[in-house]
Amino acid sequence: MNMFQFIAQNRTEVLELTLEHLWMVGISTLLAVMVGIPLGILITRWPALDKPVLGAANIIQTVPSLALFGFLLPVPWIGARAERLAILALTLYALLPLIRNTYAGIKGVDSSVIEAGRGMGMTDRQLLFQVQLPLALGVIIAGVRVATVISVGLATIAAAIGAGGLGEYIFRGLAMVNNQLILAGAVPAAALALLADVSLGWLENRLASNVVVPQQ
Amino acid sequence: MSADLSNNGLAIEFRNVSYRFGTGAELISDLNLQVRRTETLVLLGRSGSGKTTTLKLINALASPTSGEILVEGRPTTQWDPIRLRRGIGYVIQDAGLFPHFTVERNIALVPKIENWPPDRIHKRVMELLQLVGLDANLASRYPRELSGGQRQRVGVARALAADPPILLMDEPFGALDPITRAELQREFLSLQKRLEKTVVFVTHDLREALLLGTRIALMEAGKLVVALSPEEFVKSSDSMVKKYLDAFGSLPANNGTRGLA
Repeated sequence: MNMFQFIAQNRTEVLELTLEHLWMVGISTLLAVMVGIPLGILITRWPALDKPVLGAANIIQTVPSLALFGFLLPVPWIGARAERLAILALTLYALLPLIRNTYAGIKGVDSSVIEAGRGMGMTDRQLLFQVQLPLALGVIIAGVRVATVISVGLATIAAAIGAGGLGEYIFRGLAMVNNQLILAGAVPAAALALLADVSLGWLENRLASNVVVPQQ
Repeated sequence: MSADLSNNGLAIEFRNVSYRFGTGAELISDLNLQVRRTETLVLLGRSGSGKTTTLKLINALASPTSGEILVEGRPTTQWDPIRLRRGIGYVIQDAGLFPHFTVERNIALVPKIENWPPDRIHKRVMELLQLVGLDANLASRYPRELSGGQRQRVGVARALAADPPILLMDEPFGALDPITRAELQREFLSLQKRLEKTVVFVTHDLREALLLGTRIALMEAGKLVVALSPEEFVKSSDSMVKKYLDAFGSLPANNGTRGLA
């Protein structure tokens, strides 16, 4: 039985696992956005924090994913259900691109624009919401894009701790030495990653085209 | 910004002002300078002489290490910086327009954050476009769709939007081609005649200083060298002034100064 036949015959299960996969990626990316963007903003205004925060996010990124799942296992409430654990781990991994891109996006706004705004009597808050964030939006969305694509791939590992998702087929296929089964998990996961990449890339371009720096 | 009548016609006054950034060298040393109401004071000097810093001390983008700057008779340190800046127009070299705002939104910046009603803002924007010689249909354009000269006009319109009594201009025409530059300089003169703002104008261009200034303050290494009218300036025997005049070659004395233009 090849991969396509397998998917066709098990389409309800494939769909279920795909939705599970999307759920894990979606929730974790949302959580990472809610934490990472404010943190990125915070470290632009509190320069003493930028190195420690970016450093910590970097270190998290270097922990092998399987090990991170293991480390989080003893955490109360989180460790009680595989799905929660997977979402937390994915959130932690998604933080670095979000913090880094928010930080870089805001820092990259033309200083003469900021200076003009401040000189005209804009408050810090007005500068942030009317100038810095809108101008950094393209770069921030690029961070969301990277985080999402990484998450789609990483979420396949979550099946190892029983959190479900398309990784289920990959691990089952590994255990049964069945390449077609592995592909039945890997190909839809890759397709999801591509889809996320293309759609967020489109959004990024659209937002960036509104804020092109005047060329001279 | 309410005018303080007790300070005999001075809009801005520097009293023994020094400024250093962090623990670095002094960028401004013991500066004493007065700017009278409705005059155009030009801060002239080479790069790094402290002109721009002097300007930023006025709108509290920098605060003095010692001494004080009085704006409308009140030290800048006692002003709420936000209120102070909204009463002072600010024009910078490459205009500093917000690239994601249309021309209209750029000009409307201060009226908007001051919560003017929308119809009043719109009326004011149209008025200002006309004042700076821009076509009304440019209102919906983005800065990247304008020429350098048009952008700079928008920059001036934005600074004038809330009708501030004081205008700070930091090499506003520095990045323009010579023809556009001359055009904007002429318009600035006629605008200034009508509006009677107190203007502090930074430039390193002696011709521009002689053309636009009612007084010229020459700065060098963070210190004020002299503050003279254009007519006095070209005749001055001060060695620093002479050096500056020489650098600009055979500038016809008295020709092109404001009084005779």
